[in-house]
Amino acid sequence: MNETKPSMITLDHVWLTLGDRLILKDVSLDVQPGKTRVILGGSGSGKTTILRLILGLYRADRGSIRIEGQEISHLAEREMFRIRQEMAMVFQNAALFDSLTVRENVGYRLWEHGRLLSDEQIEQTVQESLKFVGLEDTPEKMPAELSGGMRKRVGIARALASGAKVLLYDEPTAGLDPINTCMVSRLIQKLKTKGVTQVVVTHDLETAYQVADHIVMIIKGRVLFDGTPDEIRHSGNPAIREFLDPGSMPSEWRPQPKGDEGVARQQADLL
Amino acid sequence: MISASFNIKSKLIGYVLVVQEFTFLCAQTVAGLVRPPWYVRETVIQLDRIGVGSLFIVVLTGLFTGMVLALQGAVQLEPYGATIYVSSLISTSVVRELGPVLAALMIAGRVGTGIASEIASMQVTEQIDALRAEGTDPIQKLAATRLAACLLMIPILTIITNTIAILGGWLVARLYLAIDSYFYWTWAFEALHAHDLILGLVKPIVFAFIIAMVGCYAGFYTSGGTVGVGLSTTRSMVSSSILILMSDFFITKLFMAYSW
Ligand SMILES: Nc1ncnc2c1ncn2[C@@H]1O[C@H](COP(=O)(O)OP(=O)(O)O)[C@@H](O)[C@H]1O
Ligand SMILES: [Mg+2]
Repeated sequence: MNETKPSMITLDHVWLTLGDRLILKDVSLDVQPGKTRVILGGSGSGKTTILRLILGLYRADRGSIRIEGQEISHLAEREMFRIRQEMAMVFQNAALFDSLTVRENVGYRLWEHGRLLSDEQIEQTVQESLKFVGLEDTPEKMPAELSGGMRKRVGIARALASGAKVLLYDEPTAGLDPINTCMVSRLIQKLKTKGVTQVVVTHDLETAYQVADHIVMIIKGRVLFDGTPDEIRHSGNPAIREFLDPGSMPSEWRPQPKGDEGVARQQADLL
Repeated sequence: MISASFNIKSKLIGYVLVVQEFTFLCAQTVAGLVRPPWYVRETVIQLDRIGVGSLFIVVLTGLFTGMVLALQGAVQLEPYGATIYVSSLISTSVVRELGPVLAALMIAGRVGTGIASEIASMQVTEQIDALRAEGTDPIQKLAATRLAACLLMIPILTIITNTIAILGGWLVARLYLAIDSYFYWTWAFEALHAHDLILGLVKPIVFAFIIAMVGCYAGFYTSGGTVGVGLSTTRSMVSSSILILMSDFFITKLFMAYSW
């Protein structure tokens, strides 16, 4: 690994067991400040688990996890809160707070902590974030009244409103229609130009190629590949080829339909 | 044989783990009661939900318990010509045992399962993780507020249950047993001593702790999606009922050893 700049996020030979299952095996990866790192991999390979480790929701058994150089593996929950202030996560199914309105969800962190902003400033930030994801008309709705795609966008708005400098996305485009998928991937690219550090977990190659500075591929809890989008595209490793082009393995069940149309259709189906 | 003994061993380890986790959660929650931040709004919502929400069922529970006690008590006292003392029997059995226990069981069914299912569904939809990600301590925000609300409301609800039960007994005494009201109330209060009242207050506090903490524990330690939510809810009901009945026995025993 070329450690020219100090990394924003570093995982160093991390091992993790949940229950009695070994989930992550010797995972190392780093995210440079202002860069977008995509974590690719089939379902159940441990992608979400990596995001949870970065947030300190899980604790590694072995290895070290550093955020801006600070080791977080041994921090107490209360000390983690300070670190988490710098980060925001878009959960896979949005994880909106059921008992709060869309507006209260988006502004949650701003109202909850610090109160560095006035009420008007918070309202404005919330409104802007909702506008960013095209939901400025629904601030008073409850999460239960929203469609899956809308919930996801509110989840993104919540992460944006927090003003965090590290954003973690868990499958941000899964379950979105092609238009929303495109919007999310443009949003991630836009935030990149603003210098936000981003980690995007996905199994959607299209999005991965569009937003990634670096891609890491995880299979069954192990890092299979770590490099740029171009490098992964031209890799000769058969396991990687199988993931990128499942049609080449006809006897296998196809996790991803081939081609743009197939991907778009699959996502539309999920809605 | 080997697999059977292995099963027993892993079951035992499982129980030890549960006790450990439960104790840890209780300690964290109690600590959350005394240190900031205090979620006042959340606590008020819970006070309303637990207190006002359970009022109707504890009133009904108290009323019919008192009424049936009067009927049964009268039958037992009749041969001794002591029917007029039925109110002593009602007031002592209600204040010492039936009021606290029945109210707690009803509240466990309504409030405890509510706490468990709400927190469990937050757990399986990653809302608990989202809270932590947003920098909120879920134990402080969800468990401590609910424990505070239970500790405050359940003793009050128990006092209401007791009062209504004695009133229910009075109704039956008046309507069916032809007992004079003056006699009824005199003997109802005459029979109660300070230690009955203390016992009648200690119990609901202990039961409140059980209901809130078992509900929270079942909720936080949920896995397995929506099926898990159902399982946790059931588990909280069964566990808290059993713990209420068991602790009732031991509290009574402890009190008798020191005050009778
Ligand atoms: N709390 C848990 N206890 C035990 N196993 C878990 C837990 N959470 C996830 N796993 C397992 O860890 C593996 C990786 O999960 P995850 O990181 O969610 O995968 P994904 O790459 O699909 O996001 C899966 O096989 C999953 O079954
Ligand atoms: Mg996942």
